[in-house]
Amino acid sequence: MADILDLSALELRDAIAAGETSSVEATEAYLDEIESTDGRLGAFNEVYAERASERARSADSKRADGSAGELCGVPVAVKDVLCTPYGHTTCSSKILANFRAPYPATTVAKLEDAGAVILGKTNCDEFAMGSSTENSTRGPTRNPRDLDRVPGGSSGGSAAAVAACQCAAALGSDTGGSIRQPAAFCGIVGFKPTYGRVSRYGLVAYGSSLDAVGPMTRNVSDAALLTQVIAGKDPKDSTSLDEPVPDYLANIETPVESLRIGLPGEFFSDALDPEIAATIRKAADLYKKSLGAKIVDVSLPHSRIDRDGNGDLSSYAVACYYIVAMSEASSNLARYDGAHYGHRTPESGLDIVEMYSKTRAEGFGEEVKRRIMLGTYTLSAGYYDAYYNKAMKVRRLIKNDFDKAFEACDVLLCPVAPTTAFAIGEKSGDPLTMYLADIYTISVNLAGLPGIAIPAGLSKNALPIGMQLIGPLLSEEKLLRVARMFEKASACPS
Amino acid sequence: MIDTKDSVLPVIGLEIHVELATETKMFCRCRNRFGDQPNTNVCPLCIGMPGSLPVMNRKAVEYAMKVGLALNCTVAEFTKWDRKSYYYPDLPKNYQISQYDLPLCEHGFLDIPLKDGSTKKIRVLRAHLEEDAGKNVHDNPSHTAVDLNRAGVPLLEIVSEPDMHSVEEVMGYARSMHRLVRWLGVSEANMQMGHMRFEPNINLHISSSSRTCKTPIVEVKNLNSFRALERTVAYEIERQYSQWRADPDGYSIDKLGKQNRGYDDDLGRTVFQREKEEAHDYRYFPEPDLAAVTVSQEWRDGISSQIGELPLARRARYMKDYALSFKEADALTLDCPTGEMLDAAVAAGAKARRCANLLLGRGSAIANERRCAIAEIGVTAGQLAELAKMLDDGQINATAAAKVFDELTDSDDSPRAIAEAHCLLAVTDTGQIVAWVDEAVAANPRAVQDVKAGGKKQARAFGFLTGQVMQKSRGAAKPEEVQRLLRQKLGD
Ligand SMILES: [Zn+2]
Repeated sequence: MADILDLSALELRDAIAAGETSSVEATEAYLDEIESTDGRLGAFNEVYAERASERARSADSKRADGSAGELCGVPVAVKDVLCTPYGHTTCSSKILANFRAPYPATTVAKLEDAGAVILGKTNCDEFAMGSSTENSTRGPTRNPRDLDRVPGGSSGGSAAAVAACQCAAALGSDTGGSIRQPAAFCGIVGFKPTYGRVSRYGLVAYGSSLDAVGPMTRNVSDAALLTQVIAGKDPKDSTSLDEPVPDYLANIETPVESLRIGLPGEFFSDALDPEIAATIRKAADLYKKSLGAKIVDVSLPHSRIDRDGNGDLSSYAVACYYIVAMSEASSNLARYDGAHYGHRTPESGLDIVEMYSKTRAEGFGEEVKRRIMLGTYTLSAGYYDAYYNKAMKVRRLIKNDFDKAFEACDVLLCPVAPTTAFAIGEKSGDPLTMYLADIYTISVNLAGLPGIAIPAGLSKNALPIGMQLIGPLLSEEKLLRVARMFEKASACPS
Repeated sequence: MIDTKDSVLPVIGLEIHVELATETKMFCRCRNRFGDQPNTNVCPLCIGMPGSLPVMNRKAVEYAMKVGLALNCTVAEFTKWDRKSYYYPDLPKNYQISQYDLPLCEHGFLDIPLKDGSTKKIRVLRAHLEEDAGKNVHDNPSHTAVDLNRAGVPLLEIVSEPDMHSVEEVMGYARSMHRLVRWLGVSEANMQMGHMRFEPNINLHISSSSRTCKTPIVEVKNLNSFRALERTVAYEIERQYSQWRADPDGYSIDKLGKQNRGYDDDLGRTVFQREKEEAHDYRYFPEPDLAAVTVSQEWRDGISSQIGELPLARRARYMKDYALSFKEADALTLDCPTGEMLDAAVAAGAKARRCANLLLGRGSAIANERRCAIAEIGVTAGQLAELAKMLDDGQINATAAAKVFDELTDSDDSPRAIAEAHCLLAVTDTGQIVAWVDEAVAANPRAVQDVKAGGKKQARAFGFLTGQVMQKSRGAAKPEEVQRLLRQKLGD
């Protein structure tokens, strides 16, 4: 048998089920790996070693009884924006540094019900606001492919942990690309399901109408496996969809017939690193030549990326996204005021308003404050129509563009991010440039669609290049199969 | 006092907040119950914890719809939730889930009774649902405590048009609304428990020497008794008028706009309140955590069919069909079940007048003692009907019937059985009465003499003899029958 850490989640599950290894053995191996590597990587905010070992023992005895679930004994990590009734749920923020949730997120509960062993919580940008995992009170996470570079964000800790074999798989959350972009930067698979396909209960909200929980895995089959476990209607989340969950793994190896792949022209402008553009076109070629797919040109006019008079990039979708996300964030984060839980300023003798301001000034980082202020502004009387309302209109137009595009194709193929992983510190002083890291991923959140990032190749600096496949609402099953087709074909030397 | 040469029209609108009596809260499954230990009916959502999500209570929507339909409102086919942002410790999320631009109910009216017997339509602008806030408790000088038991309780906010022009109309509207929500069974509307709160807005339109002036609109928040409402409105009318008299040019809506005043319960009047430096900006936007609500025709009709006869219609029917006075009909329509009891007794063949007398006599007295509705004192419609029929047939007299009625509140027995057990049935056996008459005549020769002599003492002596016979019958003989037989015996 190969090194236990090299097994995918599915392989490990099967190996445990077959008695070739045990959950205890796998869990100990992962805990050792975290112990020895996380000092330099910084992927974890908290590791639950004792609890994980105990859960592993219980998984092994369940396996012996024959009552093993779909993830029986598989060690996984979850982003530190998902509540657990043990340990802390901090969102990498000082304001929640000591917060202990009395309940689990539905996704975490489902993982555990399926037998998964939760190793710990992974680092992220504070409240999932960022694209580099540098905005964290715990310090940055490093990209395991190049420790001087960022792992992407905001689910950078989960991406790095999966890429560095610190866990078999992980959960992330994606509001504007926070699963897909770090997956691309770290060379793994990141899947954002349809909005509402997976419960948001217990996911600390950033932009409630955009947030999605999804898997970050070593390969497409693992993404299918984890999605299978976490998807479904949740009575605790009114926005979760009451639609049957298909078996995502059953036909994962079956190619989609008469596949039509759409290339959105707007995503191949000069904003895109030419090396990435070439990689995506090569992937399109592979679909066409080796897999018999038809490539069609489609248009997403309201997601296009322009250059303004100064030569700076701009996009309706980015503007729309940041207005919606920040407006919702300003409201979602209003509750962190020191009155009921979380950080409260140690200063005494303050009136209630001073206590609120001091607490929030101390507890939130710069980027979070910036977004709260912008969101408060865009929702204010007199600005609401110019910003929020207009953004809602643009959002509808963006959705309509996708509907139209899907009349001509089954899935869209495009880049995940305009660049490969950038250096730590390179963009942290320039929020606007940082926001552009999301230009190819945010439209998907605005339209509520499923999107998957999978490895497509390496740059000349040996950095991972990801590609993104986007499908219509609730097309997870087909999307995963299309992703698997490429993964399989690209792995074989042609 | 108002100068007769000024024509002063008070213009008053009223917002009424009604807590709905659902089992559980608006967006979580915590108990909706008053009076428990602080912070015992709370969950992560009530505390505004991260990751918690609201789930709509369908029953609360149905209750709100019921009120809207009873108020002749249009119920929206499509309605949604919005967040209203403000920071306050009793609102842990620092936003309140409410309804902003698409309220559940709009454009209705409530007919209110006036003293002269007529009714007046008060238009209802909208009625929307929201979650109540918790309570800040200031019982310790060193800190403020927060009780979140009330946080998230469904609250219906009913906003009237400024259609009321006097204290009488405001009180008529408030009391009619109070009666209506209790009638519909959607709220206990217990004022002591804060189930119903008032926010009047008041100004005066004054026509004086060929010009019309409007005083600033004054809004008074959080009045939780009828008395506070009455005093507030009466005081504001006087206060605004004298303030206008003192400064007719300065004290105007054009110069001062809207103002807030507080109510001081000890003083029994409104008091100046420092204005917030900045206007409130609630930053409303659609609540992304909740799906919009679509109200199907079927759902609405289902609720509509549960409503039945409303208080005003029932009162009119009682006056017309049962020939009751306004006061009697009103007293029997304070709540829904009392009228239902009356109607059931009438349907069982009893005379409405007899039933009404029983209900408004001992019934009302017992209900007052027990602080409950007449229908809740423990007498059934069947018992009421039987007792009324016995009265009607002369099987029992009114005094005995009152005694039987009192017994019925604690008994499932029939009125006849109770009357028999207590020997309260009317004695219709003439022979027995004749025997008592003979005894009374024999034992009281002086009275007999007075009767026979005629003159001043006759009436009193006859009454005395009647009383003697009644006493012998222990009240069970019919007085008219006793008098007839007495006269016969004394030979006139
Ligand atoms: Zn609750």
